[in-house]
Amino acid sequence: MVKDLSVELCGIRLKNPVVPASGTFGFGLELSDSLDLNVLGGISLKGTTREARYGNPTPRIADCPAGMLNAVGLQNPGIDVLVQEKVPALRKIYDGCVIANISGFSLDEYRHCCALADTCPGIDLIEVNISCPNVHGGGMAFGTSAAAAAEVTAAVKEVCRNKRIFIKLSPNVTDIVEIARACEDAGADGLTLVNTFLGMRIDIARRSPVLANKMGGYSGAGIFPIALRMVYQVAHACRIPVMGCGGVTCARDVIEMMMAGATAVQVGAENLRNPFVCPEIVEELPSLMEQLHIESLRDIIGTV
Amino acid sequence: MKEVTFTVLENSPLAPRTFRMKLAGDTSAIRCSGEFVQVAVEGKFLRRPISVHDCDWETLTLVYKVVGEGTAVLSAKRPGDRVRALTGLGNSFDVDSCPHKALLLGGGVGAAPLYLLAKELCAQGKEMTVILGFNTASEVMLADEFEQIGADVHIATMDGSAGTRGFVTDVLRLKNIPYDYFYACGPKPMLKAVCSAIHTPGEVSLEERMGCGAGFCYGCSIQTKNGPRRVCKDGPVFKKEELIW
Repeated sequence: MVKDLSVELCGIRLKNPVVPASGTFGFGLELSDSLDLNVLGGISLKGTTREARYGNPTPRIADCPAGMLNAVGLQNPGIDVLVQEKVPALRKIYDGCVIANISGFSLDEYRHCCALADTCPGIDLIEVNISCPNVHGGGMAFGTSAAAAAEVTAAVKEVCRNKRIFIKLSPNVTDIVEIARACEDAGADGLTLVNTFLGMRIDIARRSPVLANKMGGYSGAGIFPIALRMVYQVAHACRIPVMGCGGVTCARDVIEMMMAGATAVQVGAENLRNPFVCPEIVEELPSLMEQLHIESLRDIIGTV
Repeated sequence: MKEVTFTVLENSPLAPRTFRMKLAGDTSAIRCSGEFVQVAVEGKFLRRPISVHDCDWETLTLVYKVVGEGTAVLSAKRPGDRVRALTGLGNSFDVDSCPHKALLLGGGVGAAPLYLLAKELCAQGKEMTVILGFNTASEVMLADEFEQIGADVHIATMDGSAGTRGFVTDVLRLKNIPYDYFYACGPKPMLKAVCSAIHTPGEVSLEERMGCGAGFCYGCSIQTKNGPRRVCKDGPVFKKEELIW
């Protein structure tokens, strides 16, 4: 029997729940020669700010057991280039759910970028990053306090008349459920969790941090159980849909995330070691569903 | 970009902590010199970027230095073992930009990618001078290989134990070497010195800690005169004029 992999996020149908996470798949275009983008349920585009940003000095990447650190620092061409060039170019070759990921350093910047994304015809969903831990004085402050997270949510909801808003949460908090509830109460249409965990490595020969930025976000297979726990807690505490993210590497992880309450599942760091992992997961899902006697993925969301 | 599982044919020391690994497998995604491959290493999360030293229809040869745990794992591979790699990564050296006389400068293991380049230049009938720099005589490698394809080879060592004492730029200063274009690969201070000492146009191959190696994670970006560029995708080879030191 044909398995139904489709899911629905706030009324938007995704052919499957597999979505490359923001920052680990560029603007999709970078990979269009290497794989068939149209097998992907959605693509979360690289985090975008009002102005173009170069980001942090190199080294920006450090290898870790079961994962990696990144301190890219939101390198991006700015919101104007996103809506005028990147999204239209991607739309020409991709028919799935295009998710714009918006970052900001002030409420004004969030408002400005979200308003532009809201009127861009190629964008299906807006994901607001309030959790990027890399940038000095950056998004961290918003994502780590319930009041500030609610403030950003309300601000962007006010300017977005067409598109649904997902708030992407930071895991570097004491109680993620409190922040998730604050975003839901402020009008968020959905939540993506989690972003990376703030981490650090030291080069013991040089006696200095490996990353030029000293600290960076840890992601990869090692964070999967923690991310899953947070998805479980938030999905059971909130009514709005959740995109689960953190350490997903295979179809099995996707099923686990969905059982914990995720409607869609993002794949992040694993893309960097295996650029073909997302299509591989999509291909792997039906046989795993068969083994588990699952006809439709929608049936397992939040069943644990 | 293509993921290939290679079989190790040979993996032997070439110089202290430096190995030559010859691999059999599908090399169809590798187009020309200057490219690199991303090698998967057991027990390590990220792949290791290693330049293409030589390549034909059936084999790929890498020359790499053991600089950490990842390359140490690689050095333990034996003939018959499997090695997975993403192939066809990065841009390439531009052989057509060299009018007649090429100067190739390699520092340490930076000599590795210049070999396939030298073969391409040779095929175009261009004259070649190769200057290789090392710390000491025991580290000298690949000089014979370059000579065999008709290059005029000079050696520089920091301690003077082989060739000219000093840097590759000291060889240039002391000897009257004819060239109208240069290609360089090696440690950053060497590349910086080369770019300021040489007044002809040329290009250098850069190294950077990489994430994906294929241009979509933006982990290896550098600032250039033309704005931010990804070492893995827009490079690793950059024109001298483009770089900011």
